[in-house]
Amino acid sequence: MEDQLTKEFICQPENLVYERTHLLTENALSYCPGCGHGTAHRLLMEVIEEMGLQENTIGVAPVGCSVLAYDFMNIDMQQAAHGRAPAVATGIKRLFPNKTVFTYQGDGDLAAIGTGETIHACNRGENITVIFVNNGIYGMTGGQMAPTTLPGMKTATSPFGRDTKSMGYPLKITELVAQLGGTYYVTRQSVHTPANVRKAKKAIEKAISYQKLDKGLCFVEIVSNCNSGWKMTPLDSNVWMEENMFPFYPLGDIKVPK
Amino acid sequence: MKDIRLMKGNEAIAEGVIRAGCDGYFGYPITPQSEVLEYLMMNKPEERTGMIVLQAESEIASIHMVYGGAGCGKRVMTSSSSPGISLMQEGISFLAGTELPCLLLNVVRGGPGLGTIQPSQSDYFQAVKGGGHGDYKMIVLAPASVQEMYDFAKLGFELAFKHRIQVMVLSDGAIGQMMEKVELDEQVPRLTDEEIAIKYPWATLGKPTTRERNIITSLDLDPVKQEKINIHLQEKFRHIEQTEVRFESFMCEDAEYLFVAYGSSARVCQKAIQLGRAKGIKVGLLRPITLFPYPTQEIARLSKQVKGILSVEMSAGQMVEDVRLAANGAVPVEHYGRLGGIIPAPDEVLNVLEEKFIAKNNHGRSAN
Amino acid sequence: MTEEIIIAGFGGQGVLSMGKILAYSGMMQNKEVSWMPSYGPEMRGGTANVTVIISDDRISSPILNQFDTAIILNQQSMDKFEKTVKKGGVLIYDPNGITHHPTRTDINIYTVAAVDEAAKKGSAKVFNMLILGAFLKLKPVVDPEYIHKGLEKSLPARHHHTIPDNENAIAKGKEIVMPKYLLN
Repeated sequence: MEDQLTKEFICQPENLVYERTHLLTENALSYCPGCGHGTAHRLLMEVIEEMGLQENTIGVAPVGCSVLAYDFMNIDMQQAAHGRAPAVATGIKRLFPNKTVFTYQGDGDLAAIGTGETIHACNRGENITVIFVNNGIYGMTGGQMAPTTLPGMKTATSPFGRDTKSMGYPLKITELVAQLGGTYYVTRQSVHTPANVRKAKKAIEKAISYQKLDKGLCFVEIVSNCNSGWKMTPLDSNVWMEENMFPFYPLGDIKVPK
Repeated sequence: MKDIRLMKGNEAIAEGVIRAGCDGYFGYPITPQSEVLEYLMMNKPEERTGMIVLQAESEIASIHMVYGGAGCGKRVMTSSSSPGISLMQEGISFLAGTELPCLLLNVVRGGPGLGTIQPSQSDYFQAVKGGGHGDYKMIVLAPASVQEMYDFAKLGFELAFKHRIQVMVLSDGAIGQMMEKVELDEQVPRLTDEEIAIKYPWATLGKPTTRERNIITSLDLDPVKQEKINIHLQEKFRHIEQTEVRFESFMCEDAEYLFVAYGSSARVCQKAIQLGRAKGIKVGLLRPITLFPYPTQEIARLSKQVKGILSVEMSAGQMVEDVRLAANGAVPVEHYGRLGGIIPAPDEVLNVLEEKFIAKNNHGRSAN
Repeated sequence: MTEEIIIAGFGGQGVLSMGKILAYSGMMQNKEVSWMPSYGPEMRGGTANVTVIISDDRISSPILNQFDTAIILNQQSMDKFEKTVKKGGVLIYDPNGITHHPTRTDINIYTVAAVDEAAKKGSAKVFNMLILGAFLKLKPVVDPEYIHKGLEKSLPARHHHTIPDNENAIAKGKEIVMPKYLLN
């Protein structure tokens, strides 16, 4: 019996209960085990595939942990300079209004160095979708303080905890862009439990659907963990996220179509 | 009938890009080039050709919008003046690293810092030697008339796509603000999306099932691969040096002295030559039209003919370094320039030539 | 023929537009022309000047420091540009507001009381056309029919109804220009 527990034996069509989307490449994800990026990638690619948009979609990758997003997403992609993804996406979308264009950005990229590009793309109501993964830290460069780092939170550049007196406050950029006339749908989700994954996917579906209707910019924040940067196990990091991140960054829709 | 108009340099290049089949302009106002964006907004190119014009929130955003459009194989451009071009250097380096074709216009004003809004040529190093990080070159075109501002729109896009490179038109406040006659030519049709897909197979247009995905990126963490990318870029720049040098010679056949000058300074030198010839001084002008690639061989050839070369530029002495490299010691090379937005006068330039070379000879010292 | 002209005065006096009309007119007569303005904040209220060149040949430098004709419309410009007139050249000025009159004796100097004349007509707008008339009287570098075409070209269509007034002012300017100092 044990001899039969091989990959060939198990992987039969009649046993198929779940299939990975074809819009993810065969490349092994470079993210740390336990990180939410992989799930966020998958949801986005599933939505693009299910909506039949592969041939029509151009993605923009940021600088940060997801700088290599184009290694994993099997669609045409451009890699933008740090923080400039909304400007790059604007250039693409203005010249190809019928294509589906998204940016995929982290908190340092979107809410620090790219604040200007983020706010003005939102304010112009560019018909693009912004996927914003917020884990409160600079993951790729080794766990430095981000604009979204919580008060008191220890990072490589706030080793004694974020002191709001000298380092300022976490930036709720999602609430901020919701105020702008050009945004149509603004929501905050997470991908750390199956129920949240389902909700997040629904949100991404909505955002892409509204883009097809030329409704303006749709903004999906995904509050995520960074177990490496936070120096926790993946499970602990999810608990910490629920106890500390969610009270400050509450999940749910922030701006919905009237 | 010929379509001849009186236009400002900034207006001429704006009309030029529309007629060159430009797909998109992204820019931000700054003196002395704001007429480019103003002209485009006023002339509704979207109705004429479908060209998109967008006022961005900054020069940084502008150049990255250009990046996005260029990555899709579109003919896109931005324009600015010196401080704005400094802000764009990040994006220009990314365009260089991804080999994306585009047209950039710098209507140069005096610096450093906020400087002045008056014309200058003090951005030569930035344009020609690579203003952003990394080993790269742009093709740099230097217009000396309003007609060339117009003509270099089409030429710029042609060269950009021929070599997959950024082309900068390095103008200045004088050429941008002055009005001269311009002869306009026929509208070049914009490429259709289908034509772009065929002509530029690298463009990100959405991945059909028939090809691998296209990726526009300048990132390769493997040094061996990154070195290969750099060697490829350098080979391209050497090829451009072999094939794309452009210059204009003015009264060089019998010249004993030579001005080397580009843009506004070249116009001043032409007048100085008229004044000098009237006094019996045999002086000519070599006007580089491409600043990269530089007319090194032609200057080397002339350096064996003349007794002295005066490089005239509205800077503290930037292009003169390339003139000296070209002359390679064959003849004395001197620099004359005015700074901070001042344009030298023709008689002033002639006086300097006489002082530096001819007066010396009269005192019995050889200029050689 | 090459005529190198500087027109200098206050922003708002119509210095740049006078130069533009002259350049357009020259172009309509198939001449080479250039129009090189001072630009920037000084356009909005400070001093303004423009170099206009009209020539039968290709124009070399659009930027000059010596002129065949200087048209000077305020004291600051007089201080700056009197000395830039080529020997034997022409200086035209409106004496209104001029405290230090030109003193050179190697050029021809003319006055045109255009401010007074415009006030008499009750139309400050034709001031610069009076000046242009004075210039064209002394330097007929462009024929009148092409001045008409130049006005048509340089004025937006909604201002075309003012062309007769402008042309009348040009004619009047030709009448009121007076010699102040002439070379033998």
